[in-house]
Amino acid sequence: MDTFLGLDYATWWFLVVGATFTGYAILDGFDLGAGAIHLFFNKEQSRRIVLNAIGPVWDGNEVWLVIGGGALFAGFPKVYAAVFSAFYIPFMLFLTALIFRAISIEFRSKEPMLWWRKWWDISYCVSSSLVALSLGLVLGNILIGIPIDKAGNFTGSAWSFLNVYSIMVSITTLALFMMHGAIYLVMKTEDRLYAKLTVIVKNATIFFVISALLLSFYTLLYVPHLSHRIKENPWLFFVPVTMVFSIANIARRISQRRYKRAFLHSCLVISLLLIIVAVELYPNLVLSSNDEAYNLTVQNASSSNKSLGIMLTVAAIGVPLVAIYTTFVFWTFKGKVKLDEMSY
Amino acid sequence: MDVEILARIQFAFTIAFHYIYPPLSIGLGLCMVIMEGAYLKTKLKLYEDMTKFFTKIFALIFGIGVATGIVMEFEFGTNWATYSKYVGDVFGSALAAEGIFAFALESGFLGVLLFGWKRVSPVVHFISTVMVTLGSMFSAIWIVVANSWQQTPAGYHVVGEGLEARAEITDFWAMVFNPSSVERIMHVWLGAFLAGSFLVISIASYYLLKKKHIEFAQKAFGVGLVVALVSAYAQLFSGHKAADVVAEYQPAKLAAMEGHFDSSAAADMYLFGWVDKEKEKTNGIAIPGGLSFLTHGDFKAPVTGLKAFKPEDRPQSLNIVFQSYHIMIAIGMFLIALTTFGAYMWWKKKLFDKRWLLLIFTWSVLLPQIANQVGWFTAETGRQPWVVYGLLRTSEALSQAVTAEQVWFSLILFTFVYTVLFALFVFLLNRKIQHGPAYAGQEEDEIHSPRLEEMAENFGRERAEPL
Repeated sequence: MDTFLGLDYATWWFLVVGATFTGYAILDGFDLGAGAIHLFFNKEQSRRIVLNAIGPVWDGNEVWLVIGGGALFAGFPKVYAAVFSAFYIPFMLFLTALIFRAISIEFRSKEPMLWWRKWWDISYCVSSSLVALSLGLVLGNILIGIPIDKAGNFTGSAWSFLNVYSIMVSITTLALFMMHGAIYLVMKTEDRLYAKLTVIVKNATIFFVISALLLSFYTLLYVPHLSHRIKENPWLFFVPVTMVFSIANIARRISQRRYKRAFLHSCLVISLLLIIVAVELYPNLVLSSNDEAYNLTVQNASSSNKSLGIMLTVAAIGVPLVAIYTTFVFWTFKGKVKLDEMSY
Repeated sequence: MDVEILARIQFAFTIAFHYIYPPLSIGLGLCMVIMEGAYLKTKLKLYEDMTKFFTKIFALIFGIGVATGIVMEFEFGTNWATYSKYVGDVFGSALAAEGIFAFALESGFLGVLLFGWKRVSPVVHFISTVMVTLGSMFSAIWIVVANSWQQTPAGYHVVGEGLEARAEITDFWAMVFNPSSVERIMHVWLGAFLAGSFLVISIASYYLLKKKHIEFAQKAFGVGLVVALVSAYAQLFSGHKAADVVAEYQPAKLAAMEGHFDSSAAADMYLFGWVDKEKEKTNGIAIPGGLSFLTHGDFKAPVTGLKAFKPEDRPQSLNIVFQSYHIMIAIGMFLIALTTFGAYMWWKKKLFDKRWLLLIFTWSVLLPQIANQVGWFTAETGRQPWVVYGLLRTSEALSQAVTAEQVWFSLILFTFVYTVLFALFVFLLNRKIQHGPAYAGQEEDEIHSPRLEEMAENFGRERAEPL
């Protein structure tokens, strides 16, 4: 087993996949959140401004999902195969929603007709919400475990993905993204739209806090395996503590109208939530609800060390490059949104 | 219908639809680099308007390309789980490299290309255009590498047996430079250049026919024609090289492409024909010994025929392979003739007076598209019954957990969504073309039309809360 800095390659790749999906949740999270609250804006001008707030970056953000999917396929092909074929219908709906999200942004402002714009506004809002909800649904199912057999094939029924826990995770994901997106938008807007967004931010934050509280209680009471590791290793308790403080800080910064700080804390909350997921699942990637022996783990589902070594090299070269030009793009479009003739 | 055929139809349909767009992005990107380069050099407003005009079309194409591309990545896992497990170790590193080196590059800089005109200097904007184009070309590299590995596997070994069997990588560079990848990347790039440049040519010809934006159209036509002419000739050589690789590594595919059955005989090269699968012979007009000459340099040399392979190891749809291949060749030859004649008329300064020629150029945008599609049909149906040539059969690559009903559901869903998408694409593309490029003094975009401003004023009026 090859190791690097004391961790085997498969664990490193687990961290890479985790970091990529976290990056996706943070980046596309605000796009999806902005989409989910889109219909709260009533004026044409406002809708265009909030659309153009994510305009130059949403496509780059979505690429993190492509990279995440590729990273999973590459490093843990068994997990990729098991999860994607198990949730066939949700993934197909997810893909459809993703297509509609993309074309709604792209098509909306290309025609002046009122019905055209209203239709794409609705399509944009619904598809963004559906993407967030279905991501949460899949995450929820992975957290409680899915019925897979020895070969990693799904044995459950086609609709078993709809269960209470997954729906709760799903709604919390939507709430989290709505809050995250609203904070992003309030940073990018001014005047009356800004004033309106300050109200939306507060409401979205309340929505998130309530759903996060309910989800936490439900998890602690009914899904004990998700708090096992922190229970066994009390020093890890600092992770949930930090998260609670971060959520509190979001509220504090919002009331101070310091939205950049609030946004940073919102990013931190997303990261910490996924870190808790990683801490509790590791070394498992998919829990089999049929038999613990069928769990797909970082070791038994990973690609060969040779392959992982190559991909870690690719990631080591590629990630700094991506970081540099992503920063460049965000820096180029920093500040409040100004519409011009090339805008959406 | 069983899961296998449904899953194959769905994959073929979704990838064929997707493949309308990436070649256009690559080819149009290259043309935009030339246009913006010309703007930087000459500082002529015309070239700036030209770049901006095609950027808007590019955005439309790129948007649909990305939206339909994610479907492809996910479909490996949803419909072809056994395949994913088999190839993940090998295929994965190419896909990971594609995501991180190519997609991130093009999508990152796309924002600057589309919305950065006023925010960055002209040189930085030009660099962004170059980066987006390079990114889209890189993504072609990695996806063709992965596909070529399926055609001519190299740099791997197989571990495990039966459903547990999987290929593991042993040599990354041998996998990347597998016997067919370089030739096929060139072939795909050139096909993409043709697709993009003919879109430019087609739009320019349309304006010339309508006597609109004359100066703009003539200049744009020139850019498109130069790219198309060079690509059309280069494609002749690249296509020949790609066929050589098929001859060496995939003899059954080559035999199917020319409908050649008898291994002891010289192989003909058909201009057109029909493969009779029952009688194991091909009827049509052919150059006797043509294929023998192309592969061995000798009109009489025998070429391995389909009879050398067990029936279960031959491609099943012989006529799809044969006809697709011949349509591609015919279009390739026609494009060489058309671009050569066009260039000659351009040089003689008669090109823009010949209405019939402009009419052909307007419709010729469809030809590289068809050639690209049928070229892939040849490559992929010719590879059957294998999904990984000689290693994994398509019938064994499916998801075990997915049922025919589920695939029916998604197939109908995609058919519906893609039909809508295509209709919208054609509608919006037409609107963009009708609207034409912006000129100095006519900067007003449709978005800023007075009618719209007025509408925008009244937009939220019916609501109670005006904010």
